[in-house]
Amino acid sequence: MRFLSSSIGKKIVVALTGLVLVGFVFGHMIGHLLMFAGPAAYNEYAHFLHTVGHGMGIWVARSVVFGSIIVHVLFTIQLTKQNRAARAEPYGYQHTQVASKSSRVMIISGLTLLSFFIYHILHFTVRVWHGFNQLPLFDLAGEKVFDAYQMMIKGFSFPLVTGFYILSMVFLCSHLSHGVASIPQTLGLNTEASGKLFKKLGLAFAFLILAGFSVVPLAINMGLVK
Amino acid sequence: MNLNLHLKVWRQASPNAKGSFQDIEARDIPDHASFLEMMDIVNERLIADGKEPVAFDHDCREGICGMCSMVINGRPHGPERATTTCQLHMRKFRNGDTIWIEPFRARAFPVMKDLMVDRSAFDRIMAAGGFVSVRTGAPQDANALPIGKEVADAAMDAAACIGCGACVASCKNASAMLFVSAKIGQLNALPQGQPEKHRRTLGMVRQMDKEGFGNCTNQYECEAACPKDVSRTWIASMNKDFAVASGREALLASARERSEGD
Repeated sequence: MRFLSSSIGKKIVVALTGLVLVGFVFGHMIGHLLMFAGPAAYNEYAHFLHTVGHGMGIWVARSVVFGSIIVHVLFTIQLTKQNRAARAEPYGYQHTQVASKSSRVMIISGLTLLSFFIYHILHFTVRVWHGFNQLPLFDLAGEKVFDAYQMMIKGFSFPLVTGFYILSMVFLCSHLSHGVASIPQTLGLNTEASGKLFKKLGLAFAFLILAGFSVVPLAINMGLVK
Repeated sequence: MNLNLHLKVWRQASPNAKGSFQDIEARDIPDHASFLEMMDIVNERLIADGKEPVAFDHDCREGICGMCSMVINGRPHGPERATTTCQLHMRKFRNGDTIWIEPFRARAFPVMKDLMVDRSAFDRIMAAGGFVSVRTGAPQDANALPIGKEVADAAMDAAACIGCGACVASCKNASAMLFVSAKIGQLNALPQGQPEKHRRTLGMVRQMDKEGFGNCTNQYECEAACPKDVSRTWIASMNKDFAVASGREALLASARERSEGD
């Protein structure tokens, strides 16, 4: 389609898929904070996710998130290639006036997050390591359900894994600090005033996500959540 | 006070020749000279020594034509905000400074010689829709077409763009979106621009893509480098106008196909 082959068309698709992922990341973070509410609350939440809509709900959500990631990554790789080609010869004297460091490494932070995402899926969704699938079932008011709470405790019992997760969240924070504020600009919703507001909101959101995701593995490592 | 400066000037004999930086000592430059006058002094001395002068673009020298185009210490038009190279003065530099002088660098702006680049890509973008079609004849009375003050002011802000290309030169991706959005926005904001709004937006954006400019990544280096302070919000407006025009085009195309099928 002609729209998708244009510069602005691609950018708009990147902004829309980014918006979907921003929403997902926020919901995902809120869900994980239930670790502080104890095993019953967390496992009930996990059980709900796996059974809502007769077990189809989670597949709809997964399809939307996976699809968004694939499109977001493919289009940004294409755009980045075009951008590099557009400045074939670099300046002898390099100078940056206002562009943030985060905005200049979006492709690096983004591809690092992609590799983290693959690891994360293998770690906690496919559960290829640590024998998570053999964990004893949890008794949720008489119903035997998967013990996602214990999986989290075991999964974050290695400082190296915790370190990698938190490092990835720093990359996510960097990525969001530029990405969130870019969404309304690319979608054509920005005015002078809203641009400044969205910049602040984007930064606040990025650090909220960093804090919200880091606090769970840190608490487990420090033995505050058992 | 006069200044002694070390210049590092990009020298390139022709479009396909390999270029490099040449060290030139610019001695005894009056601090009230403009940057281009400093270049004139340097060139006079090169000519007196029987050497090839530095080729650079210039025209009005009063900040409105958009011809002067050099990148000074990594910044198009030099270190002063909202100032063209011709209106930059040597008093902004210090005795003994090293100054790097390079051409605008973008694949869509090929170097012709030394500091001169070919910016005809901008002309082709303008030809793709940067105008209002009018029938010839006597102009109508200016007050016959009421325009709100906010709209008139906004269109005037966009019209301040002199098409110099500093946005492209400063952008990390050599994107032309600030220029194109200012030109689209100026006309799309006004009632005179409405009849051709969608055709203009599609035509100019597609020509921009064809010329090989990069894509905006919302870093706003362009706005910081613009000698006329054109705002980033024009890019947001262009994005919206392009989405609307694309949707409209797709709907019309499918409607046409259906009516042809009848």
